[in-house]
Amino acid sequence: MTTATSKRLPSPWGRLRARARDHRSLTILAGWAIVASVLPVIVMIPPLSTFQPESLWIDGFANAGVFILLAMGLNVVVGLAGLLDLGYAAFFAIGSYAYAFGASPFTNLQIPFWPMLLVGAVVAATLGILLGAPTLRLRGDYLAIVTLGFGEIVPAVFLNASAFTKGTNGIGGIYKPELFGFQFTLENPVPYYVAMVGVLAITMVFLYRLQGSRLGRAWMAIREDELAAASSGINTITTKLLAFALGASTAGLAGVFATSKLTFVGPGQFGFQVSFTVLAMVVLGGMGNIWGVATGAFVIYTIQAVLLKELNQFFAVLHVPILQSIDFVQYQYLLYGVALVAMMLLRPEGLFPSSRRRQELHATSDDVADVPPPTEALGA
Amino acid sequence: MTVDFRRVIRPVAIGTIALLTEYALLGTQQFANALTLGAIYALIALGYTMVYGIVELINFAHGDIFMVGSFLAMWIMTTVLGLSGPVTNLLNLVGLLSIVMFATMVGMGFIGMFIERFAYRPLRHAPRLAPLITAIGVSFILQNIISSLFGPSPVNVPQIVPLDKFAFMGGKIGYLNVFMVVLAVVLMIALQLFVGRTRLGRAMRSTAQDREAAELMGVDINQTIAITFFIAAALAGAGGVIQGLYFGSIKFDLGFFVGLKAFTAAVLGGIGNTTGAAIGGFIIAFVEVYATVLGYTQWSEVAVFTVLILVLVFRPSGLLGQQLGERA
Repeated sequence: MTTATSKRLPSPWGRLRARARDHRSLTILAGWAIVASVLPVIVMIPPLSTFQPESLWIDGFANAGVFILLAMGLNVVVGLAGLLDLGYAAFFAIGSYAYAFGASPFTNLQIPFWPMLLVGAVVAATLGILLGAPTLRLRGDYLAIVTLGFGEIVPAVFLNASAFTKGTNGIGGIYKPELFGFQFTLENPVPYYVAMVGVLAITMVFLYRLQGSRLGRAWMAIREDELAAASSGINTITTKLLAFALGASTAGLAGVFATSKLTFVGPGQFGFQVSFTVLAMVVLGGMGNIWGVATGAFVIYTIQAVLLKELNQFFAVLHVPILQSIDFVQYQYLLYGVALVAMMLLRPEGLFPSSRRRQELHATSDDVADVPPPTEALGA
Repeated sequence: MTVDFRRVIRPVAIGTIALLTEYALLGTQQFANALTLGAIYALIALGYTMVYGIVELINFAHGDIFMVGSFLAMWIMTTVLGLSGPVTNLLNLVGLLSIVMFATMVGMGFIGMFIERFAYRPLRHAPRLAPLITAIGVSFILQNIISSLFGPSPVNVPQIVPLDKFAFMGGKIGYLNVFMVVLAVVLMIALQLFVGRTRLGRAMRSTAQDREAAELMGVDINQTIAITFFIAAALAGAGGVIQGLYFGSIKFDLGFFVGLKAFTAAVLGGIGNTTGAAIGGFIIAFVEVYATVLGYTQWSEVAVFTVLILVLVFRPSGLLGQQLGERA
C-alpha cells in the first residue's frame, strides 16, 4: 500500500516513508533519538509538569525503559513464537542477582557494568535453555504452567538460600555504572535515561532484524501452525528454545540495568505481579508488534507509576465521596486482569497490532475446526 | 469376568504402593496429615483434569476458584449461619457441615459455569494462546475481588469441628482429618459413578473423546462443557471448605500455590484421567509433608515443582495417562 502511495504521490512524506522502509535500522535509531529528545520537553508542559518535577519524570522514564525491555523480550516468546511464558520475572531476577553477585561489596567483586550486561543476558539465557529443553518438547500449555512454577521458585530460592543471597534482606550497595571515567549517580537520572535509550534502541534494531530473518519467520510459522512448520523443515524444538533463550536474555539485560539503578536487589521484587504486568503490557500493546509492545509497556508503566497516584490526589482534592475512598493503585491488578480478558474477547490483536497477528487472531471457527479434537478419554 | 488391567488393576496397584510407601516413611501421625492435605489437592486436581480432558484448557483460574470457595464457605459460616466456635452437638455439627458444604459447592459450581460462559466459551475456537491468557486474567480478577472484599491479610475461619483427637496405631488423629479424607473419597467415588454410569457422564466422556462426533450423536456440547465446569468448580469449593476448617485461616492468594501443586498432581496422575488425579494429589501431599518432616519446609514448594519437571521430562503422560502428542 505504501509503495503505491509513494509512487503516485512523490510528496516529501511519501519519499520519507520509502526511505524509512529501505533503511529499517536507521529509522529505528532515528525514531528513538526523536522520542528520547521529545519526552523531556513534553513533561515541562503544564499539565504534566504539575504532577512531579522533571528529574522525577526522567527517572521514571528510565524505569519505564526496564519494562519496555522486558516487554520486548516477552514479545519474542509470546508474540512471535506464540509460547506463553508466565514466569518471565524469574529471568529478570536472575539477571538482577547476576549483577549483584558481579558488582557488590557482598562478593567483593567489581566487574564493570557494561560487560555485566552481557553476562546477565547469557546467564539468564542459559537458565532459560535449561528450563525450556525438557518442557518445549511438550504442548504449549505445559510450558505456561512450568514457567509459572519457575517464576515462583526462583525468588523462593533467592529467599531461602540466604547463605548466598542474604535472604529477605537482599543485597545492597551494588556498584553503579561508569562510562569513560564518568560515574553514574542516584541524584542525576539523566545518564541512566540516556544509557537506557541506547540499550533500547540497539535491542530494538536487533529484534527487528531478527523478526525479518529466517529465524523470525520460523517463529511465526510455529506460532501459526506448529505441525505445518515442522513439515516444512523447521526444527521446532531448537527454534522454540532459541525464542525462549532470547526472551530470557532480554530479561537478564533488563535485570542488570534495573539493579545497577536501584543499587539493591531482594527476592520481593520479582513476584508474579511483575510477570503478569509485563504480559499485560505485551497483550495490550499488540502481540508481535515491537513498537506496539514498547508503547504498551511505556503507557502502562506511566499509568501505574504516575497517573493512578495522581487520580487519587485528584479525587481527594475534588471531594467526591465515593471516588475519594477508592485507592486506585490498589486496583491496578484488577484492572490488568479485566483488561486481559476484555482484550482477548474483543480485540485479541492488541491496541497496536501487527497486521499478520491480526489476521491470525481473527481466524474464524472454520479455519480452526479442521484441527482434530482431543482423544484423551475422561474416565480412567 | 475379565478385569481390565489398564483401568482397574494398574490404578489400584499404584495407589496401594504409593500409600504403603507413604505410611512406611512417615508413620501414623504424619501419614494422617499427608492424607488430609492430599484430599485437598486431589479435589482440586480433579477439576484441572476434567476441564483439560474436555476442552484442552489448563484453567489457571482453578486454584483461585478453590480460594474463592474457601472464602465463600467462611462467609456462609460466619455471616449467614453466625458460627464462631466449635459445635459440640454431633447432630447439629453434621447438619451445619452439610449445609456449608452443599451451599459452597453449588455456589462455586455456578461461579465456575459463569466463568466458562463469559470468559472461555467465546474463545473456544480461538488460537490456544487466547484462552490461556484469559484464564490468567480471570485468576487475577478473582484474587483482586476477594482481596478488596475481605482484605489482603489472612482471614480466620471458625473452627466448627472440635479439635478432639483419638489415639490410633501409635499416633493421635483428629476427627477432622478422618472426616475430611472420608468426604474427599466419597466425592471422588460419586464423581466416578457420575462419569461412568450416568447419561450426562457418558456425554462428558464422548465430548472429551471427539467433540464433533459427540455433537453428531446429539450431545449438547455447550451444556456438557458447562456441567464439567460446574462439577470442577464444585469439587474445588469442597476443597476450599476443607482448607478453611483444617488450617483455620485463609488468604486471597492461597489459590496460587495450591493450584500449582494440584496441577502437578493432575500431570503426575496423567492429565485427563480422574483416578490419576486423585492418586497424584495424595503423592504430591506426601512429597510436601515428607520435605517438612525432613526439616526442609521452605523447600517443599521447590520439591513439588521439581517433581513436575521430572514427570514432564521422563513421563509426560503421567502415571496413568495415555501418550500425549506434541501438538501445540
